[in-house]
Amino acid sequence: MTALAWLIPCALVLGLLGLLAFLWALNSGQFQDLEGAGWRAIQDDDAPTPPDDPSQRRG
Amino acid sequence: MGRALDIPLQELSGRDAGRGEPPKTETASLVVENMHCGACMSSIERALRKVPGVVDARVNLSAKRASVTFHPDEAQPQVLIDALERAGFNAAEAPETAVNLAEARANDLLRRLGVAGFAAANVMLLSVSVWAGEVSDMDRAAASLFHWLSALIAMPSIAYSAQPFFRSAGGALRAGRLNMDVPISLGILLATGMSLFQTIRGTSHVYFDAAIMLTFFLLIGRYLDEQVRLRARSAAENLIGLKALTALVIGADGTAQRVPARALKPGMRIQVAVGERVPVDGRVIDGTTDIDASLITGETLPATVARGGTVHAGTVNLTRAITVEATATDESTLLAEIARLMLSAEQGRGQYVRLADRASRLYAPAVHVLGAATFIGWMLLGAGWEPALTNAVAVLIITCPCALALAVPAVQVAATSRLFGKGVIVKAADGLERLSEVDTVVFDKTGTLTRGEPALRNAAEIGDETLRSAAALAISSRHPYSKAVVRAARDRGLEIVPAAGVSEVPGSGLSVSGGDGERRLGSAEWVKGSTPSDTKRSSLWYAVGGGRPVAFHFEDAVRPDAHEVVARLRKAGYSVCLLSGDRREAVEAAAREVGITDWWGEVRPDGKIAMLEHLKATGRRVLMVGDGLNDAPALAAAHASLSPSSAADISQTAADAVFQGQQLTPILDTLEVAQASQRMAVQNFAIALAYNVVSVPLAMTGHVTPLIAALAMSLSSIAVTGNALRLRRRRLVLERVGGKT
Repeated sequence: MTALAWLIPCALVLGLLGLLAFLWALNSGQFQDLEGAGWRAIQDDDAPTPPDDPSQRRG
Repeated sequence: MGRALDIPLQELSGRDAGRGEPPKTETASLVVENMHCGACMSSIERALRKVPGVVDARVNLSAKRASVTFHPDEAQPQVLIDALERAGFNAAEAPETAVNLAEARANDLLRRLGVAGFAAANVMLLSVSVWAGEVSDMDRAAASLFHWLSALIAMPSIAYSAQPFFRSAGGALRAGRLNMDVPISLGILLATGMSLFQTIRGTSHVYFDAAIMLTFFLLIGRYLDEQVRLRARSAAENLIGLKALTALVIGADGTAQRVPARALKPGMRIQVAVGERVPVDGRVIDGTTDIDASLITGETLPATVARGGTVHAGTVNLTRAITVEATATDESTLLAEIARLMLSAEQGRGQYVRLADRASRLYAPAVHVLGAATFIGWMLLGAGWEPALTNAVAVLIITCPCALALAVPAVQVAATSRLFGKGVIVKAADGLERLSEVDTVVFDKTGTLTRGEPALRNAAEIGDETLRSAAALAISSRHPYSKAVVRAARDRGLEIVPAAGVSEVPGSGLSVSGGDGERRLGSAEWVKGSTPSDTKRSSLWYAVGGGRPVAFHFEDAVRPDAHEVVARLRKAGYSVCLLSGDRREAVEAAAREVGITDWWGEVRPDGKIAMLEHLKATGRRVLMVGDGLNDAPALAAAHASLSPSSAADISQTAADAVFQGQQLTPILDTLEVAQASQRMAVQNFAIALAYNVVSVPLAMTGHVTPLIAALAMSLSSIAVTGNALRLRRRRLVLERVGGKT
């Protein structure tokens, strides 16, 4: 039974951590643009493109 | 709709300003019209960040908006818009209105959902231990400790998470009505209150788990509902992208100045470049051009407008720059008129009562009467107020409409995901329900029954060399026929070298002078010199020097499966008609080709509504399928509506569902799934009711233990959800409807 004394707080703290992580993600706008986030991941933004490259204009 | 545009920018963007810190910045939100994919995102962000004074730029692809932070003394929103224009994007300041409020509301629901989820997980952890302990050796003290812990977690979470239900129920009660949220709130509150009371007394009648799980599940449904509505609304607000966003105004002294479209006044002279949308309703005072009015009239063929002619806002200037004197601007244009027609039509449909709401009108009073009867019954039997109250509360908890609240949403999720796989996106929450009741299908022609763009019909009769040479001229024009010629040449794999020095005569055609004489591509009277009476309008002629002219015939091809879809609809008992703003001959030809006998041509937007009203008056439930802006009011007025994904934004907003691809078959799929989902919703209500028929007598007679309550509740919810999930795989057939015709 003594195991409960630390197991239950443990479970609660872990759950709270998850909740806080979720609220942080929500407040920092991570769920605002689910479509765009997917595109950002596959974007090669490392190489700077020439200033007025017309091929960059249309998607 | 555009009224919110008048809010001065300072009010919108001033929030971040004036904190007293030295580097003062402002934030502006821009709508970017032609943002489609990831590649656009980075071009837009890069273009904005290059503007001096811009601190940060972030694009939201789902909302088609860019949020820009900048130093107000170095940059202005108009500078940002100009920078985007140079990069090839049309932008305007975003109206900060209902969408931001709705977004905040969706975020608020998500926050409450997170808290409820955390609490539900932890309370269930404790509850399962208690249930397991009841059949083994858990002592009373441990059970009591677990109950107190549950209370500690559940009560604050419920107080926070369930507020949307409490507020809605309170609002309904104040207005003297009952809605589904009243029994939900009452169930949650009573379950929590009684659980606390029983925890203090140390008995086993503790229902915190039921209360918090119920809150959690219902919040999920509420959030999904809000999300669907949010998407529809933001599409409607981005509608301003349909209007010209800025216009080139010519002052009294002849100087030209870029002005936001909403600042235009009647009487101003505006220059409209080739390819631009006309920003106002007005009269042409200089120049002759071809105007693409398909957005307004649904007609594929451009109309030639000369000096003195009338142009409408939202139409596209195709061949030559013109100067227009504005007669109506912003809110008074035909475009705004159509938007208003659509809004009022939509309000009419708002009176539709959903199946779930109809059920709750019967259910809510019944539950409360049963609860009261239980209490009074036990009191009359002399059991004392405490057991009487315990049993009455047990009735309320067990009847708390979890299965009932899930009955329709579960079916909707299964149905929408099945349709999503077939390329149909269902937007309106009650759309499927209305779709299932339809018995008449009204089609629009251009862009719906047809592909919406002309195609070269007699390509087989035209030689490679002629086609290549004609395409060399056509490539420099925006006229739909020219585009069709170029497409036909590309389809054949011909390499097109644009001819140099092509000149375009609006309303006539294209010409270029070369070594072998003048090459002309255009109307019959211009190329052949013949009178227009002996030729069809839907043809171009091509001649080199004095050589024999070659004819190019065009048609707006009917979608490949249109005939079959119409036949299957008729076989299933639907009456099918065609209603179009296009010319009568064109409508008749299309109707004959797909096998529709009831058709009307040259119908204006208000005429379409009148037609739908007439059908409604004769007892029909109409499904409107259309795509053009001119269909939008009809889409909103019809009992249910569908539009192809190529439709104007506003039409997609007005429609209940949007289908993708070149085929019309998704219409059949949608109707099949809608019918099936309605049957399943009714089955689910039957399951929920059957469960109540068994459990309510048990609760009334005081035989419900917490374990039975928890089991019964989850079993009914699982049964309802499981039944709904069958919809994902089942083979469906279109059922016969009506029999009225």
